[in-house]
Amino acid sequence: MAGAETVSDSWRPTVTLPVMRQRARLLATLRAFFASRDVLEVETPLLSQAAVTDRHLDSLVTDVQVPGQGLRRYYLQTSPEFAMKRLLASGSGPIYQIARVFRNGERGRLHNPEFTMLEWYRPGYDHHALMDEVDALLQALELVPAPARFSYAEAFRNYAGVDPFVNDIARLRHCLVAHDVDVSAALHDQARDSWLDLILTHVIEPQWRRQALNCYLYDYPPSQAALARIRHSPGLPAVAERFELYLHGIEVANGYHELTDVNEQRRRFLHDLALRQQQQLPQVPVDDRLLAALQAGLPACAGIAIGIDRLLMVLAGVDTLQQVMCFPLERA
Amino acid sequence: MATYNTNDLKNGLRVMIDDAPCTIVDAEFVKPGKGQAFCRLKYRNLKTGRVNERTYRSTESLEGADVVDVDMQYLYNDGERWHFMVPETFEQYEIDEKAMGEAKMWVKGQEQCIVTLWNGIPIVVEPPNFVELAVTETDPGVRGDTSGGGGKPATLETGAVVRVPLFINIGDMLKVDTRSGEYVSRAKT
Repeated sequence: MAGAETVSDSWRPTVTLPVMRQRARLLATLRAFFASRDVLEVETPLLSQAAVTDRHLDSLVTDVQVPGQGLRRYYLQTSPEFAMKRLLASGSGPIYQIARVFRNGERGRLHNPEFTMLEWYRPGYDHHALMDEVDALLQALELVPAPARFSYAEAFRNYAGVDPFVNDIARLRHCLVAHDVDVSAALHDQARDSWLDLILTHVIEPQWRRQALNCYLYDYPPSQAALARIRHSPGLPAVAERFELYLHGIEVANGYHELTDVNEQRRRFLHDLALRQQQQLPQVPVDDRLLAALQAGLPACAGIAIGIDRLLMVLAGVDTLQQVMCFPLERA
Repeated sequence: MATYNTNDLKNGLRVMIDDAPCTIVDAEFVKPGKGQAFCRLKYRNLKTGRVNERTYRSTESLEGADVVDVDMQYLYNDGERWHFMVPETFEQYEIDEKAMGEAKMWVKGQEQCIVTLWNGIPIVVEPPNFVELAVTETDPGVRGDTSGGGGKPATLETGAVVRVPLFINIGDMLKVDTRSGEYVSRAKT
């Protein structure tokens, strides 16, 4: 990456002209796809007075000089989700947005603190109906084969030999040892979900990458629901109706059959804030306008966010984000 | 010694892992979109040369290792230890067989080597990429064969055994690549 690189090289883009052209074609195809399906393109602010509460997401902060009011603290969005749900509650119907989003503390082969996200919402859809539409979109991009669909439980059973809903931490840890994954002592007392994350990223995803597999992962443990609704079925573990899309084994999208219950949403925000306090992470203002919109009535809907840069990586057949971005963080 | 946050680790950096000095070979930032961030390290133990992987919390810190590479000249072997000198300061070091590792197969005296010191103690010796050594033992050459096809083993003055073309004779000086342990050519005298 940057390192010893001199300023005289660093004015140049890290992307090639053919990939720049491919990005332009990708954006045009996406817009044509949604236009043909009567999904409305919208724009919402990148700056918000409220922030995401998820403890694994760190918002960038900026102070805005407002005449007559002095400095006001604003957060750069980590996704346009809250603003778009306010539009949905106001009666927008199906909408999409191609937006810049920001996540502090994330940099690597597959991460840049600033990236492009395609996010869309479909009133009346559940997560499976939305996966069908994602299939159609991938087809429009000539990205084949269509992704397989694995439930979270199936994937863990088939690719790691554990049951993510039933097995205890000792069993999950043993799975990592059996797959030669060594973890630092500081991780030994972590929560169950972190062990599941380790198995997913260190045991399952590498197999998918080797096979260049396209798949969806759906029906997550309720503890990883984020903003998805939870489904209770008699005799079965409750599941969060959340899904992720993997292309060539790389996580490119996250979607939900959306939570619409305002009380449950408020409870999850407060739970997140309590966890933040426990872990000495910054407290952030909860989005009261989103809660007010849910109170007014968010239509039943499903939504998804796709990382456009990673999607382009797969389409262009390259290995790093900086090969699809003009100026990654170090050159920005 | 400095400490490093796992987020700041770069390839080539030397840190302490399990009480051993190690070089970072690769540091990968791993984070599911909705999950915890990890740092997946690939590191080489400088004493054993072995490469291992370990995953850390993204906010953990590692202690830097007091490791330096010093150019030294190999002087002689006293039967037990190998003696080196830093040409600029004439400072001398005695290096044991374990730290010499494979380097002992390639040096006979005067070679410039890179000696890695950990807390001032030699732990690794890297010989020059190419050395010139005399053949002390090999089967007689076959007349007329200059192609080098096939080949035969030859023992060098340091005890190293390399595969050489059939035309090589006892007493020939050979140029050898110490990284691969392969014959390169006859040395020009």
